[in-house]
Amino acid sequence: MPETPLHRPGRFGPYGGQYVPETVMPCLRELEAAYAAARADPGFEAELQALLCNYSGRPTPLDLAGNLSRDIGTEARIYLKREDLNHTGAHKINNCLGQVLLAVRMGKSRIVAETGAGQHGVATATVCARFGIGCVVYMGQEDMRRQRPNVERMELLGAEVREVTAGSRTLKDATSEAIRDWVTNVADTHYIIGSTVGPHPYPLIVRDFQSVIGREARAQILEHEGRLPTDVVACVGGGSNAAGIFAGFVDDADVRLHGVEAAGSDAGHSLALGLGRPGVLHGSYSYLVQDDDGQVLEAHSIAAGLDYPGVGPEHSYFKDQGRVHYDRVGDADALVAFADLCRLEGIIPALESSHALAYLRRLLAADGPGGDLVVVNLSGRGDKDMHTVMEAAR
Amino acid sequence: MKLAAHTDRIRAAGRKALVPYFTAGYPDDATFLDLLATAADTGCEVVEIGVPFSDPVADGPVIQQTGHAALAAGVTLRRTLELAAAHHATHGTALVIMSYLNPILTMGVDAFADAAAAAGVSGVILPDVPHEESAPLRAPLSRRGLNLVDLVAPTSGAERLEVIAGGSEGFLYLVSLTGVTGSALNTDGGLLEFIADVRRRTTTPCYVGFGVSTPEHARALAPVCDGVVVGSALMRLVRDAAGPDAALGAARRFLTTMNEALNECPEGNAP
Repeated sequence: MPETPLHRPGRFGPYGGQYVPETVMPCLRELEAAYAAARADPGFEAELQALLCNYSGRPTPLDLAGNLSRDIGTEARIYLKREDLNHTGAHKINNCLGQVLLAVRMGKSRIVAETGAGQHGVATATVCARFGIGCVVYMGQEDMRRQRPNVERMELLGAEVREVTAGSRTLKDATSEAIRDWVTNVADTHYIIGSTVGPHPYPLIVRDFQSVIGREARAQILEHEGRLPTDVVACVGGGSNAAGIFAGFVDDADVRLHGVEAAGSDAGHSLALGLGRPGVLHGSYSYLVQDDDGQVLEAHSIAAGLDYPGVGPEHSYFKDQGRVHYDRVGDADALVAFADLCRLEGIIPALESSHALAYLRRLLAADGPGGDLVVVNLSGRGDKDMHTVMEAAR
Repeated sequence: MKLAAHTDRIRAAGRKALVPYFTAGYPDDATFLDLLATAADTGCEVVEIGVPFSDPVADGPVIQQTGHAALAAGVTLRRTLELAAAHHATHGTALVIMSYLNPILTMGVDAFADAAAAAGVSGVILPDVPHEESAPLRAPLSRRGLNLVDLVAPTSGAERLEVIAGGSEGFLYLVSLTGVTGSALNTDGGLLEFIADVRRRTTTPCYVGFGVSTPEHARALAPVCDGVVVGSALMRLVRDAAGPDAALGAARRFLTTMNEALNECPEGNAP
């Protein structure tokens, strides 16, 4: 797993760090050491590759979406990186497989995780079932309501789903509660963070485990087209699917990278990079949606997986460096893009991924900045969102 | 005055410090100030004032609730310091601000240090700033005469204990358990061994907190430490009281009992 030249231990430029209670600091050291040892061990890489291939179904296809191009009215060729075809229906399992192997190496017998849309919770519950490890998933009450099928899936997979009723009852509060559990049970418990957030080394580890998306996509586009894409597009909540696909192209200076945040609606937004300013939440220093007193605000998005006021520290660094262009798409446009992909390509995308799809209409408009070869990370499938989409339609 | 001057004086006088924690502006500004006065009346010489924060990851349910209520009532870091100054104008209590980092970053570390010093604050506890991240905070605070209180935990291990305890100032905050504030505490051999291990590494006064909630805890800990912090147990009494007067009465009885338990230590000023 190659490091990007931007990486510096513990920080991405000024962003990242380890802002956590002392109780878990030794555990972060242990995780750093375990990860370094794993990366140096060819056996670890082989075991992970075998799981990604045989259990999750990698490599995922890079799929030309011709009808979508025609509907947009563009000559550009649009490829979808089909992370929705992973086992459990999203990119989340790439990280969970890597982290559960680390947990086993560290001798941990219990896993905790937070989840927003439920995709990370399902992926965690899935790998815990496979490895016979106890699993507790924290999920906000509001998310449990709107992602009911994923709650049922997690329970079927043997995980205990604990309802979080604090604050906005969404991903932010579920993350706080997962951290509290971890602080309490740190001796036997590994915390599988679902995105490129949290204290070092999590943003780095999650990025590395997700970078398989970018490596595959780069090789596939070269095979299909004989050249690199002009543009790569991904949605950004915490930012793991974006970090994963960007990792494959960040060193290709001519490839434009676009991260799409959730602009939500009149009820609020999740624009950490778009409207926030740097601050500390959940262990790292990064752009953050907060008020003038440094209180973290409740985020909003119709996509539960983007409904988070923070963002991974590497994205904050990319923003400041100007390496990635961050833009925004609201609930309404995401819903349109969701319906479009169903109708045009026979693919039901996750509402999160629908934000990246909606951005294509601006990117590839006649006066838009897009080039003629675009890769979009279709980070997950949308079966889980049927309830939300039907509710929005009413 | 720096916190160290207070805590050294308390130890030199042979007293064990009872450090009550109050969420700033809870249940309202006036009652909060009366609670601080009550603490001073009952013999508490150091008081911890909690700045409410939207995402208090180190806190259990009680302090999450009181902080949430204070936030809803509009309590900010700035308001917290105004309240601290109001108490400081009439009392000699050593005031320690406990805050998560983000409100302080937002105000600016230097601006915070200036404002805290002007309000009569002696020390600062930052539960989400471990030793590794503390340097950019410690120097500006120190320049204004404020001590940054370090925390050590049962999980810290010898190497970290040595470094953290060795550099500690004001008091060293011994987190009594692996968990959040207000968890159930077991004052058994493991905890006593941890405390003894820490004390071998520093001459800084050692105060024990997280889960300390009963006179029995105070009696068990008095012989082995220099003070205890009580937060959730005290804030639960305040929260559950029928009104401000009941809250003040409950706090007075609790703090009196705890102070008596802490200072009836038969070994006197040992260890």
